[in-house]
Amino acid sequence: MLEIKDLNVHYGVIHALKDVSLVVNEKEIVSLIGANGAGKTTLLHTISGILKATSGEILFEGADLTKTKSKNIVLKGTTQVPEGRRIFPGLSVYENLLMGAYLRKDKAEIKKDLEKVYERFPILKERSSQDASTLSGGEQQMLAMGRALMAKPKILLLDEPSMGLAPILVKEIFKIIEDIHKQGTTVLLVEQNARMALSIADRAYVLENGKIVLSGTGKELSESEEIQKAYLGG
Amino acid sequence: MTVFFQQLINGLSLGSIYALIALGYTMVYGIIKLINFAHGDIYMLGAYFGFLAITYLHVGFIPAILIAMAGSALVGVVIERIAYKPLRNATRIAALITAIGVSYFLESGTQKIMGTTPRSFPQVLNNEVYMIAGLRITTHQIVIFVTTILLMILLQFIVKRTKIGRAMRAVSTDANAARLMGINVDATISFTFAIGSALAGAAGVLVGIYYSSINPLMGMLPGVKAFIAAVFGGIGIIPGAMFGGFFIGICESIVTGYGGSLFKDAVVYVILIVILVIKPAGLLGKNVKEKV
Repeated sequence: MLEIKDLNVHYGVIHALKDVSLVVNEKEIVSLIGANGAGKTTLLHTISGILKATSGEILFEGADLTKTKSKNIVLKGTTQVPEGRRIFPGLSVYENLLMGAYLRKDKAEIKKDLEKVYERFPILKERSSQDASTLSGGEQQMLAMGRALMAKPKILLLDEPSMGLAPILVKEIFKIIEDIHKQGTTVLLVEQNARMALSIADRAYVLENGKIVLSGTGKELSESEEIQKAYLGG
Repeated sequence: MTVFFQQLINGLSLGSIYALIALGYTMVYGIIKLINFAHGDIYMLGAYFGFLAITYLHVGFIPAILIAMAGSALVGVVIERIAYKPLRNATRIAALITAIGVSYFLESGTQKIMGTTPRSFPQVLNNEVYMIAGLRITTHQIVIFVTTILLMILLQFIVKRTKIGRAMRAVSTDANAARLMGINVDATISFTFAIGSALAGAAGVLVGIYYSSINPLMGMLPGVKAFIAAVFGGIGIIPGAMFGGFFIGICESIVTGYGGSLFKDAVVYVILIVILVIKPAGLLGKNVKEKV
């Protein structure tokens, strides 16, 4: 579904991604783990068209995204839940959710999807008219995910959904990710929380200093000695 | 006391003009963090568009103000595309200096085309004078105030209740997150310039009717005062600009009414200094830490 081939991205003189190749098949959860500054967010921003690739290809259902505008990338079915949630303060919870459906014209369907999001996250319904910036961190993460779902994505790109959340909330968020996946959405998950990310992943990649250094099934990687030492504290 | 209430009425007209201009400053600042110093000149162009429409197309007040708003909106969008868009990722000071350059360009360009002498603005509205409880109210004052309030209601509706309004607010808080939603950030910025410039254009026609004289440099001082009004209310905050505009207009009128017309400009600057000392984020502004 999503195939990245020899992708190189530069931030000025910094070579942030070096010949990165990875594949996400339909209906998979693929995790990308790595330390701070490894290039995980850079990769997601390049997929979403916020950053431009120096070379390489990002194929989504066969079409190259590297020269596509952000707007059309969303239209094709790729939606990102950005790092730090990036909800819109000053807009109500309801308005934030509508922003997710910004490009859609099917009003009746939008309404149905809104109900589905409210069903999945009842707290958002309760707070629908509240300014989104008044929500707690966990609620904001739910809002960011609900907002992305409003775009009806085929593939959901999640950037550090566990960041800054209490362990109990992290568990809840991961359960929601599994739920969303079960209902047919493909997921590319970027995480520093390697243990959680590997536990739900079909397959995973490890990114270090802009390079993919390891890949395998979630199980293989969580059992690998290298990974245990470097990422799982074991 | 009559003097006070009379100046309050006069101040509402002047304040309407400042508020309409201040809205454009504040909206543009809100979305791209640029003080658009050419904004006062858009207001001047609005007055000229109205003047040309009335003189050559022989239209009435309402078509004239609509033509002026459309013309100003177009100029605002073109300026943004040509002058500011290439500087989107440049330093803020570079964009600011460019804005000052655009301001001179518009002033000199208008002087070149329309001449430097003031033009008398054709009177399309009869000016009746009403005396109510010893206070003098004119048709022009009523038209200015009512038009301003209608435009403000329309603006609030666009910003709060429409899709493009939501997009404007989203882009102004987080442009990259907005891009991830598929919002066309450039188009949204253009739209913001169009709306802000249209309001300034309307103000230009209203002031032409009020003072019946227009000239190519008429935008300088009201531009600065409207900017102060926007800062006073809290730059980037729409209700702040409305409130600031009326406040500055009323203060100026009252100072004039009590014999201080020589000091009326100075008073406005003193207000700016006081607000910057006491509440730098503006009256309605919140102190937010800038992200680094």
